[in-house]
Amino acid sequence: MRKTVSFVLNGNRMEMEIEPEWTLLHLLREELEMTGSKSGCESGECGACTVIVNGKAVNSCLFPAPEIEGASVTTIEGMAKPTGELHPLQTAFIEKGAVQCGYCTPGMIMSAKALLDENPNPSEGEIRHALAGNMCRCTGYVQILDAVKFAAHALSTKGEVRPRKGEERIA
Amino acid sequence: MENFSSVGKRIPKKDAIDKVTGRAAYIQDLKVPGMLYGKILRSKYPHARIVRIDASRAKKLMGVRAVITADDVPQIRYGFFKDQPVLKSGKVRSYRDEVAAVAATNPEVAEEAINLIQVEYEALPGVFDPVDAMRENAPLVHEENKSNILKLPWKLVAGDVEEARRSAAFVAEDQFTVTWVTHCCLGTEGIIADFDLRNNLTVYRNTQIPSLAQRDFLDALRVMGLKDSKVRLIKPTIGGGFGSKLDTYGFEYIAILLAYVTRKPVKIQRTREEEFRYTSTRQPAIIRIAQGCDGNGKLTFRDISMILDNGAYTSWGATTPSVMMMPISSLYRVPNVRYEAKCVYTNNTWSQAMRGYGNPQATFAIESNMDQLAEKAGADPLEFRMLNANEPGEVTPQRFKITTCGLKECIQEVSKRLDWQKRRKEKKEGRGLGMGCLIHVGGGARVYKSDGCGTIVKMDDFGKVDVFTGATDMGQGADTIIAQLVAEEVGVLPEDVNIVDRDTDVCPWDVGAHASRTTFVAGNAAVMAGRKLKEKILAASAGFVDRWKDKDGTRHEIRLDNDTTNLVIKDRMVYSTKEPEKKIALGKILRGAHYEKGGTMIMAEAFYDPDNENLDREYKGNLSKTYAYGAHGVEVEVDKQTGKVKILRYIAAHDVGRAINPMLLEGQIYGGGAMGVGYALTERLILDKGEVMNANFRDYKMLTAKDVIPIEPVIVETMDQDGPYGAKGIGEPGLVPTAPAIANAIYDAIGVRIKDLPITPERILKELKKKENSH
Repeated sequence: MRKTVSFVLNGNRMEMEIEPEWTLLHLLREELEMTGSKSGCESGECGACTVIVNGKAVNSCLFPAPEIEGASVTTIEGMAKPTGELHPLQTAFIEKGAVQCGYCTPGMIMSAKALLDENPNPSEGEIRHALAGNMCRCTGYVQILDAVKFAAHALSTKGEVRPRKGEERIA
Repeated sequence: MENFSSVGKRIPKKDAIDKVTGRAAYIQDLKVPGMLYGKILRSKYPHARIVRIDASRAKKLMGVRAVITADDVPQIRYGFFKDQPVLKSGKVRSYRDEVAAVAATNPEVAEEAINLIQVEYEALPGVFDPVDAMRENAPLVHEENKSNILKLPWKLVAGDVEEARRSAAFVAEDQFTVTWVTHCCLGTEGIIADFDLRNNLTVYRNTQIPSLAQRDFLDALRVMGLKDSKVRLIKPTIGGGFGSKLDTYGFEYIAILLAYVTRKPVKIQRTREEEFRYTSTRQPAIIRIAQGCDGNGKLTFRDISMILDNGAYTSWGATTPSVMMMPISSLYRVPNVRYEAKCVYTNNTWSQAMRGYGNPQATFAIESNMDQLAEKAGADPLEFRMLNANEPGEVTPQRFKITTCGLKECIQEVSKRLDWQKRRKEKKEGRGLGMGCLIHVGGGARVYKSDGCGTIVKMDDFGKVDVFTGATDMGQGADTIIAQLVAEEVGVLPEDVNIVDRDTDVCPWDVGAHASRTTFVAGNAAVMAGRKLKEKILAASAGFVDRWKDKDGTRHEIRLDNDTTNLVIKDRMVYSTKEPEKKIALGKILRGAHYEKGGTMIMAEAFYDPDNENLDREYKGNLSKTYAYGAHGVEVEVDKQTGKVKILRYIAAHDVGRAINPMLLEGQIYGGGAMGVGYALTERLILDKGEVMNANFRDYKMLTAKDVIPIEPVIVETMDQDGPYGAKGIGEPGLVPTAPAIANAIYDAIGVRIKDLPITPERILKELKKKENSH
């Protein structure tokens, strides 16, 4: 039985007919062709599909699509402003070398955003905890943690994330 | 210090902006109009006779467009020994064996159809241990071979090991084992195959070997009777490689067959579970090692024999002993070397390349045993390594010509940063220091007849460069490194360089992203092409006249020097060093070259193939143009109650030639190190009678953000004379010495040596108990 749901997606009001067995990831990727949220395991283990629903980071591959009724959903596509201005987390991921193959990146950024929205000054332990469900095989997470710390600082001081800080070569 | 504009800078990865915004399109994100979805039925047994396949119910299912079995299609064979057909008939030899395949209008129907195919098997006794498989009367995986031992005898001999053993002052001998681990690329493997009406094939595939895969697919088309077809391979953004995509696999050929049968594009996308079950692993090995030294602590011999579980079929895993020979023959100065390896067929999963390609396995045994030998000789393990460390100018027993070598500097960095001499002596309960060193190819590796890479560079009309490279970026940063090198060479900015590496129709040939070769080989090709391009720009600039009128109508004219040796390209301008105030915009000159009578194209190409050598019949030869070295030092804390290992400090010092981009380089060291720590402590693919028992991220223990290792990368620059701006490869070295460094630290901490990977708390507790009982 199809069902109609109303929700807000990246700031836009939506009304859609959905099948009750769809996941939010299916709705995003297959129905709306928004492929920024990645499919990595379809079982809630890798975090590549992380999106934010009502302020909480969720694995969209497990999240039942009918439950977005009345909810506000933010995906990686909603992070940069329409003018092209990147979110400080995005800038920090670029500038700190936190991106290699990039498959985990959208999910990482969404988990980090949910954290910083709730806790603008997280400790390293809190960042690690928030990202523990997002697997990355390329980076060893070091530069990802750097990026989140850097973005937290930029956001809390309302400062710009300046590109190319520390361009000096290391010895 | 040299004044470079691009080289040596911490420039963010070129495609990072697409990746942080969700725009980057991976194979998972691609759809071709009219596309069908393929699904594969695999064996239910590790070893069985196929009695009967009944696909009639699957064929009748609504939405199914094709069902194929071995009977329906030409027999395409693949693998290093071409020892497996794409679809199996007669017999299955592992749980991975493809028995039938379906193409349907959506993935759910394809899955349902697969479940409707009935296969009757007659189970056969299997063999799951390589030692068992070598016994007489063991079940044969491939009967026609009359033995499970591969006809691929790996043997390297230099000097006289027997004599050296007799005269050695100290000898340490032991056995080590390593098990299956897998790549865990976040983006699983997938393919779309699409034929046009003339039977030309377009393949979308996340591969590390576009040019070689193109040839494999062409060979397959010939078997299918399509002699004049063309294959075009398009690489989407790749969600990680680590060696897993260095070969072509059954699912790719099946997609091609399904596309041919249905005359529709067919996509096969692996699920995570399939990725765990059907990706070829790093190969397990049983390693017997003996090393000896003289009374002064100089290594005199190294004697290693190995048995490798090859699994049911051959891929590159069967050839990893060729790389294991590298540390065996050439890590430290050791005059007498003997190495023998047997690869054995079993009914287990079969192995492939994985970051380090055999080197981590061999180095685990060598470096663990180095500590054992140092202890026997009464030497400090770090000083013992310094005493035996390689040096520039050396020719090793495998005939590697060592050009630059920063091994001693790396060891010293570890020593200094860990305060080794002091800290080793002050014993703290449960804490210990350990180290491990490495050698790896750093200047390509001639494993094929060619080790080459082609590059085309083309200026547009406005001062931007398009680089068409054969290189493959799978996240490691080849795109950015090549852009930096071309920018430096031509005199433009890295952001003015666009990398095109996606399409065999436009990109030149390359042997593939393996052996840490891309920065060195593709980098040298990019430098060569960039240099030629610059010459053409300068030729077009010589005597170039720029005339313009300013606002008040005054006429101006600048004429550039006729002598190109005086001309410089910088900051998007061209000028003469003699008259640096007279600058002409680069774009103006480029447009001039196109618009003037008798115009010219400002483009260039280059093919770089290092003059390294294939290994000869004795497995000797200068495999790489240069070698990368490194040393890792680690401090651990071991909880004797729980057996848990905590890494307190981790120094990873690497001789990288030159750091083209320190930020990306550190990324390779962090990522390699984390993968190495997983190999050392947590990761293993558990197989029970050939069946993978932990095909998910809950049970396969990859490190998470909670387990981040405090890796401190140390970059040692040796400025290699053959590297692009002095650089060596660094893709693999980061994980090579990790496991032995940790094992050695654990020994230092609690006095037990764990000889089997991974070093789990259970194994530590078991060894502690054994030690207690022996007192």
